[in-house]
Parts: sequence; C-alpha cells; structure tokens
Amino acid sequence: MDSNDIIKPENLVYSKSKVLTDTVMHYCPGCSHGVVHKLLAEVIGDMDIQDKTIGISPVGCAVFAYKYIDIDWQQAAHGRAPALATATKRLYPDKYVFAYQGDGDLASIGTAEIIHACNRGENIVVIFINNAIYGMTGGQMAPTTLLGMKTATTPYGRKSELNGYPLKITELIAQLEGTCYVTRQSVQNPGSVRKAKKAIRKAFENSAQKKGTSFVEIVASCNSNWKMPPVKANKWMEENMFPFYPLGDIKDR
Amino acid sequence: MAEKLLKKGNEAIALAAIRYGADGYFGYPITPQSEVMETLMEEMPWETTGMVVLQAESETSSINMLYGGACCGKKVMTSSSSPGISLMCEGISYMAGAELPCLLVNVIRGGPGLGTIQPAQGDYFQAVKGGGHGDYKIIVLAPASVQEMYDFVGLGFELAFKYRIPAMILSDGAIGQMMEKVELRDPVRRLTDEEIAQKYGHWATVGKQAGRKGNIISSLSLAASEMEAINLRLQEKYRTIEKNEIRFEKLLCEDAEYMLVAFGSSSRICESTVEIARQKGIRLGLLRPVTLFPFPSPAIQEMLPQLKGIMSVELNSGQMVEDVRLAVNGAVPVEFYGRMGGSIFSPEEVFSAFAQKFNL
Repeated sequence: MDSNDIIKPENLVYSKSKVLTDTVMHYCPGCSHGVVHKLLAEVIGDMDIQDKTIGISPVGCAVFAYKYIDIDWQQAAHGRAPALATATKRLYPDKYVFAYQGDGDLASIGTAEIIHACNRGENIVVIFINNAIYGMTGGQMAPTTLLGMKTATTPYGRKSELNGYPLKITELIAQLEGTCYVTRQSVQNPGSVRKAKKAIRKAFENSAQKKGTSFVEIVASCNSNWKMPPVKANKWMEENMFPFYPLGDIKDR
Repeated sequence: MAEKLLKKGNEAIALAAIRYGADGYFGYPITPQSEVMETLMEEMPWETTGMVVLQAESETSSINMLYGGACCGKKVMTSSSSPGISLMCEGISYMAGAELPCLLVNVIRGGPGLGTIQPAQGDYFQAVKGGGHGDYKIIVLAPASVQEMYDFVGLGFELAFKYRIPAMILSDGAIGQMMEKVELRDPVRRLTDEEIAQKYGHWATVGKQAGRKGNIISSLSLAASEMEAINLRLQEKYRTIEKNEIRFEKLLCEDAEYMLVAFGSSSRICESTVEIARQKGIRLGLLRPVTLFPFPSPAIQEMLPQLKGIMSVELNSGQMVEDVRLAVNGAVPVEFYGRMGGSIFSPEEVFSAFAQKFNL
C-alpha cells in the first residue's frame, strides 16, 4: 500500500477552504497573515455566508487580502477601515462585515476610527494583526513596538523617553461599552490556530446577534522585519510579545 | 400643487436628501452648515424612508463612511464647510480613483485656516482642480438659490451615478443660511437592496452573488502600466462629462457688449449690477456657470464675437477667472473683481469696479 491508495475522496479529512482563492499569497514565509486569512475563509465557509460577507482590507501588508478570500471587498485608506465597515453594516444590517487591520493601521493612524466604531457598538468584526512593526513599508516602529525593540526608525531600540510606550489598544477597546467580545489570540502552533478560529467564529456569530463590536487581536510574527528565521521569530514572540500582550479573552458578554 | 416652504439653504439640502431617496448621510458639525445634519436628525428619516443618518467622529471618518456606503451601491452623502472639506480631500481622491458615486456639499466659509464663518468662494480651486492628490476631477454644481440647493441634491446624485464619480454642491455660507421659498419635488423612493444588487451588483460590494467573481473596490494598482490605463480611462470620462453635462445660465446676454461671469451667491449680486448698468445704458450681461466642472467654456467662447470685455466676479482672490481666461484665450480683456475673508460686495461696488476697469 502506497500513498496513492490512501488519497481518495472518502478518506479526505481536510481540504483547502473553497472561500480561499488559488492566488499565491505574497506574504513572506513564516508570516501570520496567511494563517489568519485561511481561518477567516474557513469560518465564512463553515457558516455558509460567502454571499453575505463584505470585507474591508487595510493599508499595509494585508492590503491585498482581497486577492485571497473570495468575497466582496472594499480597500480602505490607511486606518479608515472601521469607518467603511460602519457605513456598510448600517446600510446592510443583515450582512456580515469585517475590518482587517494591522497595528500601524488600527492603533496609530486609525485610532480615532477604531475607538469610535467600537464605542458606537457597530455590529462588525475587527481582526487586528499585531506584529509590533510596520511590515509593508519596511519595518518601522509601530505603536505596539515593544520597548527596546529595534526597528528601521528605532535603530537603537524603542526608548520610552523618545518614542513613548507600546500601546495596549486591545485593553483600551475592552473598556468601551460598545464592544461585546474582545480577545487576544495567536496562530503560531496548531493549538493556538484552533483557538483563534473559534474566536473568529464567535465574533462573526456575535455580529449576527447584533451584540455590538467583536474585536479579535492576533499577536503575530513578522520574521522578515524582525530579521529572524520563522521558527526563531515564533519563539521570540512567545518569550517577548506574550508577556506584554497576554493571550485570552479580555471581555465576553 | 407642490408644497412650498420657507427654508434655509442648509435645511433644503436635508429635506431634499430624504425626498430624493438618499440611503445614508454621514457628517460632522461645522458652521455654517450644521443645520443639514440637525434637520435630518429632527426629521428622523430612518423611521420613514429607512435612510441612515450618522454623526461621525470627524470629517475624515464621514468621508470614509461615504466610501464604504458608496462601495455598496447606495446613495450616500455628506456636507461640511471648508476646513472639513480639506480633511475629506484624501477620501475624495480615493473615491475618484475607485470610481465611486457620492454627493458632497461644501457650504464655504472664509479661509485660509480656521478663517471665519462668513461666506466666501475661496474653495473654487479645491473643488474644481481637485483638492486631493492625483489627477482627478469631480462634478461641481454651484447653486444660487435655496431652490437650487434642493434641486441639485437630485441632480448631483443623478450625475454621480451616471458617471460613477463624486459630485459636489459648492455653496457658501450666504446660500446655506439665507431663507427662501423652496418648492418640494415629488419624492423619489429609495431603491431596495434587491434593486441595488440588480442594478449595481456587477461592481458594488453587495455580497458576492453566485456566478460572479468577488467585487473588489480599490484605488490601488501597483503596476505603472495598469495605473496609467486607469488614469486614461478617468480622463476619457472627464472629457465625456465636459461634452455632455455643461450647465449655465445667461442674463441679458443677447445684445451684451460686456459680460460678468459669476457663480453662486456672487451671481445673485451681479444680477443687480447688470440692472444698474442697463439703467445707465451700458449693455452688460451675466453668465452664471451652474457646473464649475465641467466649466462652460464653450458658452463663454460663443459670446466672444460680440464682447468688448469680461469681468469675473468672485468672493475670493481670483480663482474662476483663470478658467475664464483659458476659455477666452486672449480674445478680449478679462478683468477680475473680488472680496475675501467673508466680506461681500454690493451690486454698486461691483458696478464701480466694472466701470473703472473698462473706463466706462
């Protein structure tokens, strides 16, 4: 018996989501975006809401998310995805609307938009990828960059007296009355991937129940701009990011 | 008989939005246009037509809410005044790039900077030449009465959807605040989601329908050849608009030897200036551009054989006069008279300037 005897439809236990396109992703090997895209596509497929889901892509590495997840997409200006999502959801209350944003997009230039969308309790899902760095522009300091962390604009490490402190925006978001579910997840191993998928699914279900804004942070690695091989980047993330950005639900109601 | 009301220009905009079947209004308070959102909130159209009205956290957010709503194939609009429009210019450029229809209202106040809340026309360049980045145009309508504030909401939406382009009503604090009789037109009902999906489903984000690819609304195209092709298509659209959509009004131009060119509130004042000149036996006419883009250059050019001179009259330092001079191309002298910073000229003042400039 060789492998060809096993590869049969009746033996299939897992396949690529039909909601994912066949386009080869532009993400660096080791990047977390691809995994999160896959989870989103799986959740949309599992819930059978491909025809009812509208995604908002950000400016940053995930700007091209629309090439990979086969739904209708709006590509937002830098930081403004929650504003687009707000209008889209209010004009189509029965559709599923999610904004997909990175840390520079959400926690720096788009701080006003995310705070106010969450505070209004828009019935949207926010997927927040926090890799503590600007990826697309080449590794500059993000609002979430850890103290001491070297980036293109903090070549000697982030110093609080010069650059301020890393922003725990998710804890801030959890304070807002409009949010119903605020959680911090990761996708660096099978266990965390499963948990992250559950969180994303819950967020989508919440939006159908009109419970308010669901906010899912994924603590992610950016091995290219962290200048580490993928495995080392994941280890560095566990050792340095998780203590400052602890995983788990911050709010669930 | 149609209902007639005494309303402020800003209130007329709000009433028209509901009656022309707008799906959403997103705005932020700023003087002298706050009555638009205030009136909408009082009218509560979400209870009647289902129209969404939302006070955003900033003009930046309002314009991006418009972007999202326009992506959905919905009739969405905002209103603001000069500083707020400056904040929106990034979003307007994105909407022009992504070819999205929407209606913008600028009730201009005097600038630059925080300026004054008094009326001005200093945002002509910003509106007509494109205040944001990149090569783009939007359709610009210049109302001169409260009735036109009302009517241009309908016209603006119509043109915006016809060409998939942002349209702007370029008004000012005088027309926004003044009260006039306004006749309410027959209401147009909002399209249902199904009708929108049918009409705009081939491009709008209405949810991926079976049998088609996902619709992607974006202004991004990294390859130079693709971006150039998009630009060429946009320019072709602007030329079509220039060919089809020029609107203007002429007053006493048949026998005119001289002509004033003025838009919006300036044109209202210039109507009286024309009367003054006629009483003195001077054959003065007035051409009022109703569309500022497309600019009525052909209408000005048609007048040239009979004219000895033209004066552009504006509440700014001389902005539209550049377009008048481009149209005239040196054929006759083109003079300018204007006031700035919220000061308004009187008809007599305009006449004196006109008489002095042409030695009459």
